[in-house]
Amino acid sequence: MSAHAEHHHHEEDFLFKYVFSQDHKMIAKQFLVTGFTMGFIGMLMSTFFRLQLGWPGKSFTVLETFLGDWAPNGVLDPDKYLALVTIHGTIMVFFLLTAGLSGTFSNLLIPLQIGARDMASGFLNMLSYWFFLTSSIIMLYSLGVEGGPASGGWTIYPPLSALPQAIPGSGTGMTLWLVSMSLFIVSSLLGGLNYIVTIINLRTKGMKMTRMPLTIWAFFLTAILGVLSFPVLFSAALLLVFDRSFHTSFYLSDIYIAGEALGYDGGSPILFEHLFWFLGHPEVYIVLLPALGLSSEIISVNARKPIFGYRAMIGSMMAIGFISFIVWGHHMFMSGMNPFLGAVFTFTTLLVAIPSAVKVFNYLTTLFKGNLVFTPQMLFAVGLVSTFISGGLTGIILGDAALDINIHDTYFVVGHFHIVMGLSAIFGMFAGVYHWFPKLFTRMMNNKLGYAHFWITIVCAYGVFLPMHFMGFAGMPRRYYEYSNFPIFDGTLEIGTIISVFAIIAALGQVIFLINFVYSAIWGTKAPKNPWHSNTLEWTTPVEHIHGNWPGEIPEVHRWPYDYSKPGKELDYVPQTVPLEEGELDEGNHH
Amino acid sequence: MTKFLIIVTGILGLAVVFQILRTFQLAAKLRGKNDWEVTDHENKTQALMMPIFMVFFFGFVIWQIMRWGHLALPEAASVHGEQTDMLLSVTWWIITPVFFITHILLFYFCYKFVYNKDRRADFYPHNNKLEMLWTIVPTIVLTCLIIYGLVTWNKTMTPIAEDTDHVLIELYGKQFDWTARYAGEDMRFGDANIRRIAGANVLGIDSADVNAADDKIVKGEFHLPVDKPVQFVFRSQDVIHSAYMPHFRAQMNCVPGMKTQFNFVPKYTTEEMRQKVGNPEFDYLVLCNKICGAAHYNMQIKIVVESQEDYDKWLAEQATFIASNEEAPVQPEKPEVVEAEAAAPAIENDSTKTE
Repeated sequence: MSAHAEHHHHEEDFLFKYVFSQDHKMIAKQFLVTGFTMGFIGMLMSTFFRLQLGWPGKSFTVLETFLGDWAPNGVLDPDKYLALVTIHGTIMVFFLLTAGLSGTFSNLLIPLQIGARDMASGFLNMLSYWFFLTSSIIMLYSLGVEGGPASGGWTIYPPLSALPQAIPGSGTGMTLWLVSMSLFIVSSLLGGLNYIVTIINLRTKGMKMTRMPLTIWAFFLTAILGVLSFPVLFSAALLLVFDRSFHTSFYLSDIYIAGEALGYDGGSPILFEHLFWFLGHPEVYIVLLPALGLSSEIISVNARKPIFGYRAMIGSMMAIGFISFIVWGHHMFMSGMNPFLGAVFTFTTLLVAIPSAVKVFNYLTTLFKGNLVFTPQMLFAVGLVSTFISGGLTGIILGDAALDINIHDTYFVVGHFHIVMGLSAIFGMFAGVYHWFPKLFTRMMNNKLGYAHFWITIVCAYGVFLPMHFMGFAGMPRRYYEYSNFPIFDGTLEIGTIISVFAIIAALGQVIFLINFVYSAIWGTKAPKNPWHSNTLEWTTPVEHIHGNWPGEIPEVHRWPYDYSKPGKELDYVPQTVPLEEGELDEGNHH
Repeated sequence: MTKFLIIVTGILGLAVVFQILRTFQLAAKLRGKNDWEVTDHENKTQALMMPIFMVFFFGFVIWQIMRWGHLALPEAASVHGEQTDMLLSVTWWIITPVFFITHILLFYFCYKFVYNKDRRADFYPHNNKLEMLWTIVPTIVLTCLIIYGLVTWNKTMTPIAEDTDHVLIELYGKQFDWTARYAGEDMRFGDANIRRIAGANVLGIDSADVNAADDKIVKGEFHLPVDKPVQFVFRSQDVIHSAYMPHFRAQMNCVPGMKTQFNFVPKYTTEEMRQKVGNPEFDYLVLCNKICGAAHYNMQIKIVVESQEDYDKWLAEQATFIASNEEAPVQPEKPEVVEAEAAAPAIENDSTKTE
């Protein structure tokens, strides 16, 4: 790595500095901007279908303007409603909250916080971004093809996703979805392997595993989850390609559609469900763990207090990561698989609540008797704790097979996973952006706009997703275009309208963030070296980005990262680079 | 032209916003501060916002319960539904206090421990006893919930014993409607295969199978006798559907290529339920609850639960397969169909069955 340090003053041309960059900081920015762009598109899609759900059948000029013939006369077409729901889910889960979140912060923080000059392989890291960008472009391109994009839900269960006769989106749109996701998986694997190797091999002197910030622990475990589970999605997708294009029968059997008996025999859609959720469930934690890692760091810094139970936090993340591999069947209680399996998955699923509870109590204890500075990132981290509690608790209901019978695939599920996974992860991501903006763009974000952004977001987010639980208890299935065919749901119309109003305000609220982001990145106040008085290594690098991160030697680490308000110290923080005094305990390493 | 004006307005609006931000930034600098630094005043305001938000948050939850609580499904209309509803209540009673207490702590701590430059945070990195406490307590509570849940689940999912008097009914999903088939006197379904679907034989039933003769096929609605166990067998013709009968707390996916099953005992007749919910129009329904295509949102069939006598009377009026088949003869079968038929799994080997 020393070669890097020597040529860091070397001037690069525009193309290699901004486009084909192998510098982890630039790649982080590329992931962030691409992820947010996709995220805004995904959010826009949700507001479009919320218009239909809030005011069924009403004509909206805005729909016709944006969607053209998807919304003839301003009323969304039922097929295209499903298309929007599907692509919204795909974009949000994978492009925003997987690539956008992990891609940005793993790339930015792993080298900076463990004291490395760059990722283990800058080239693979660059490829990871380019696969991601290509995948994003293909996914967006699929919106315009004949028959529309994939429309069978983001879980793309066959036979619906396999047969164009079943839904128009299962034609070219689905093919592109599969191509896009395959490239996405390649991107994710290249990134993940790089993160793991970098964390294991490139830690600076003194950076023991038990002196790593919880962010790094979270990225490390996330990368392991991704590397172990994404290949399974790849095989699931591959077999689906075979079924679609070469008439194999992995997932298909005994199908009669559009007046014709098809030749498939002996396959099972349940096999696909198993393969899909073997990724799909760890995916929830691939999304969530980085957010938990970021917020652990942010809460500790802004509470001016060590994170409570550092080792327990690591242990609970490991436990969550491990358990996440043996719970996938809770998405399939009603799939027709053997009820005995349902019992097993109920058992493992409810176990997740234990490490989750430990995390929540540790967050609360960290806040207790802290000295809290309410920066925007602190607000989002507190918001994350709240959504993690609210959404986690309803998971205890859904994880119980006997209760899942009646709320499976209803709006209760939609409310639950949007709060626990969607909101927690996006809150963690926003918190991360506010906190590490100086490391990304060398400037500071405006905190007044940050406050407005947070309060609008949390109020509207709860306004959108809490009422959905009531729709679930009314027995309302998800992914319905409208409910007017069911007199039993007549009373729920106003819930849909209220949700849509909150959704639209929430979307507008994100414009505040966008303005703050763009303005601050270009004209924001120049960042000082360590604005939040933080202990971790990234704040020992110069404000301006240089190749190799540190102009001279990489600093040596002497202590854990959470020595905030340590008794006997003059300042309320002691950076990791400060040697231990004689007789001083290294807090993370005794118990 | 309109679009052009919208774009111009948007750009001008952004320019104005950016200028305002610039002004704030400069004003802060003149006061010797940075626009990103949290002032004492801001800190206190944000801390105060926490309990205020909490009050609105809790208020919103309670308002929703009062306003929309009545929309929740009425009392379970099936015997096992009583038990799952009970499990649900117990779960609610456990998680609701946790929800309120943890949120109160969260927002109270935020309010109480706001930054004060004359104070230092408590250096409190860990406490093994406390951590053990909040590992063990959730473990105990969850163990109880898991055991209770599994007992309920196993009871619910156990198939009806052969020798119990019950109704055997097949629910068949296709884009975008449901067909029900009664097994008839012999309590056996005639073999069916999609390769035989033709004309009026919408289920592809093998007319040569003796078990098929007394099968009865109905559309639009199907009837069930009250207080008698019903064994459902589900099949699908094209994509995955899900037979969701919310009032009976019953649901099962219908998967092409296999048979799935669920059973329950209806507790109230449609008439009784109408009185309970105070709605003379009320009907039990099967809804499709697995995304299945454009008209997924309108794939339903009505269930009528009635007394055994009424049910017997209604069933007697329905034509048997053999009778309806004579009216509209199916096309002659092709030889390969028979082979395919042999490969179709019998219900005895069904993967959904517990031993």
